[in-house]
Amino acid sequence: MKDQSLRTRLIFGVAPILVSLLVTALLIILVGSDPIAVASKLWSGAFADLLSASNVVNLWIPLTLAAIGLVVTFTAGLWNIGVDCQIVMGAVFASGVALYWPIPPPFLVPVAIIVAMIGGAIWGMLVGVLKVYLGVHEIFGGVALNALANVIAITIITGPWKDPSNSRGTAPFALDALLTPISREVNVSLLAFLITVAVVIIIWLALRGTRWGLQLKATGKNARSALLLGVPTSRSTLSAFMLCGLIAGIAGAHRVLFTFGNLRPLVSGGIGFLALLVVLLVSMRVLWVPIIAFIFATLLGGSAKLKIDLRLDASLVGVMQDTVVLVVLLFNGLRQRLQDRRAKAETPIPMSITATVDNQRAIGDVTE
Amino acid sequence: MSDELLNTLSSIIANATPLVIASLGETITERVGVVNLSLDGSIILSAMVGFAAALATHNALAKANPDLALAVGLLAAMLVGMIIALIVAAAGIELKQDQVAIGFILTLLGAHLATFLGEPVARQVGPQIIKAPIPILQDIPILGPIFFRQTILVYFSYILVIGIWYWLFRTRQGLALRAVGERPTTAFARGTKVNRTRYIYVAVGGALVGLAGAAYSLSVKAGWTTPPSMEGDGWIALAIVIFGGWHPFRVVLGAYLFAALRAFATVFQRSANLDIPVVILNGIPWVLMIITLVLVSSGAIERLLQVLPKPVQKFSRNFLRSDPPAALGTRFDAE
Repeated sequence: MKDQSLRTRLIFGVAPILVSLLVTALLIILVGSDPIAVASKLWSGAFADLLSASNVVNLWIPLTLAAIGLVVTFTAGLWNIGVDCQIVMGAVFASGVALYWPIPPPFLVPVAIIVAMIGGAIWGMLVGVLKVYLGVHEIFGGVALNALANVIAITIITGPWKDPSNSRGTAPFALDALLTPISREVNVSLLAFLITVAVVIIIWLALRGTRWGLQLKATGKNARSALLLGVPTSRSTLSAFMLCGLIAGIAGAHRVLFTFGNLRPLVSGGIGFLALLVVLLVSMRVLWVPIIAFIFATLLGGSAKLKIDLRLDASLVGVMQDTVVLVVLLFNGLRQRLQDRRAKAETPIPMSITATVDNQRAIGDVTE
Repeated sequence: MSDELLNTLSSIIANATPLVIASLGETITERVGVVNLSLDGSIILSAMVGFAAALATHNALAKANPDLALAVGLLAAMLVGMIIALIVAAAGIELKQDQVAIGFILTLLGAHLATFLGEPVARQVGPQIIKAPIPILQDIPILGPIFFRQTILVYFSYILVIGIWYWLFRTRQGLALRAVGERPTTAFARGTKVNRTRYIYVAVGGALVGLAGAAYSLSVKAGWTTPPSMEGDGWIALAIVIFGGWHPFRVVLGAYLFAALRAFATVFQRSANLDIPVVILNGIPWVLMIITLVLVSSGAIERLLQVLPKPVQKFSRNFLRSDPPAALGTRFDAE
């Protein structure tokens, strides 16, 4: 149904945004606050000055990385909820290097990032091994490993890497172990920014034009047929998890080597879950990821002052983001339904009493 | 049996009850072919709403009638669970969206909404469901103190297990329910309204999940805090359904086993006076979850059974059957 009128497309593009804004506005009124004040506070929180804007970019970097990693796993038909633990492990591995490895300064940061990638990939692989060889659905493996990664991180922070003078995490890293900002005002790491852009382009190309990308898509569309046609689906699945972990590892490295300057509990800040929302919104369109990630990063960055200035919990931004994604998906379904109805009205096929069960890939294959 | 052990066992039953109720709710939902992945968020949001509703009613009545306040709280929580479950079902059935995706978003939304709206009632003291020992039964040695000196919610959970088992396996409606989850096409051909059946049982399952939320905030966890103290248990409940092979008795067994392992880990850590940080204890449920899922899913149990004598093998295989409902998470369109 390509011949969708511009009007329908416009309505279905704008309506979900309006509906979710309305819902959030009502919630804000419900708790006795002013939606307009919230909106302007979010805007000024994100873009009041260069430092705030830098903060948005610093959220955009790990969010985009994690979301791009997720595009890879979603392409292979995998629900990699474990992306959050892969960020955390990337952060832990990078911190180990930054704190304890005696490497000369120009190599310290690159090595830390590479080790973080390895750490993320190992945790990605764990989810994959649980799925491929032990039959544990990736959602459950991922949820459990998320919790465990945080437990491990906190155990390390309060145990072997404990810093007596710092209750909020490990000792601050040496200056040589940190990514350097562009300038005092533009507090963004150019290296991290460039890596992020490069990752977006590489994954975009790899999914479009390589044999590996094609096999991944085949695995995602229908793993059984793909296997019968000779696609090594187990290997595809594992490689997708590992690549996602690898990329999420960079995000984790950015959190500790730039944003925080040390390792602290809940280091991912829920960015993994936010990245899942981003990907649900853009589905597989890689080039949309940076754009949506930027909008979400703006909201997240803007929420910093909600608590202090309006005494509203920052979870409001979470509510907004969740609502937008939910409403967009529901409207997608609504549009599909209208199209189907129109198509049915146009083609007078003799109705037969047939019933079809559409075997969409879902949690049903938990024990395959 | 020492009093201390009896107390521990009794508290295991009490602490497991929200898990029992939630995983039974999800069992019905999945048996009819719908995946409600939003359990964690549903439980959190219904816990908050249930507590807030009970607290507000309690204050409005000038604390004159705590039972009424609690009833309002339980009903409000059930309503929240039901609405969330129906969103999942409607998005899957009417709008053809992936149930897993919708469920996941609702998980996040539930937790965020609860944190945002629950701010005013956080850390407040509200009405609690008190224990109501059953006369006569409570005096049975050993069993009495463990099972019959509990809250009314715990007793409800006993009835629920048996009721759901009976409904699923001994009634015509239960047969239709399972048919819709296994072979919707056949069920449709035999005259069952597939999607209507799904809506009904998803609503019931969701209400039970909501009740589980209230069981936390009005009984087990006493009140509402941020971050929510029951965070993560919804995922555990989902895993217990798989561990339980979608069979009410095994699901309940799984929930009790889980609560027991959790309790003994805590007791062991305390009594052995080990210098284990508390955070490691937080990791135990998740390790257990992975181990049990590996046992159930990897065929390890199947291989273990081969060693056993034949008659035992047959019985155990029936008991340990763990295939999900065949049409789980799929859509049904009667053209």
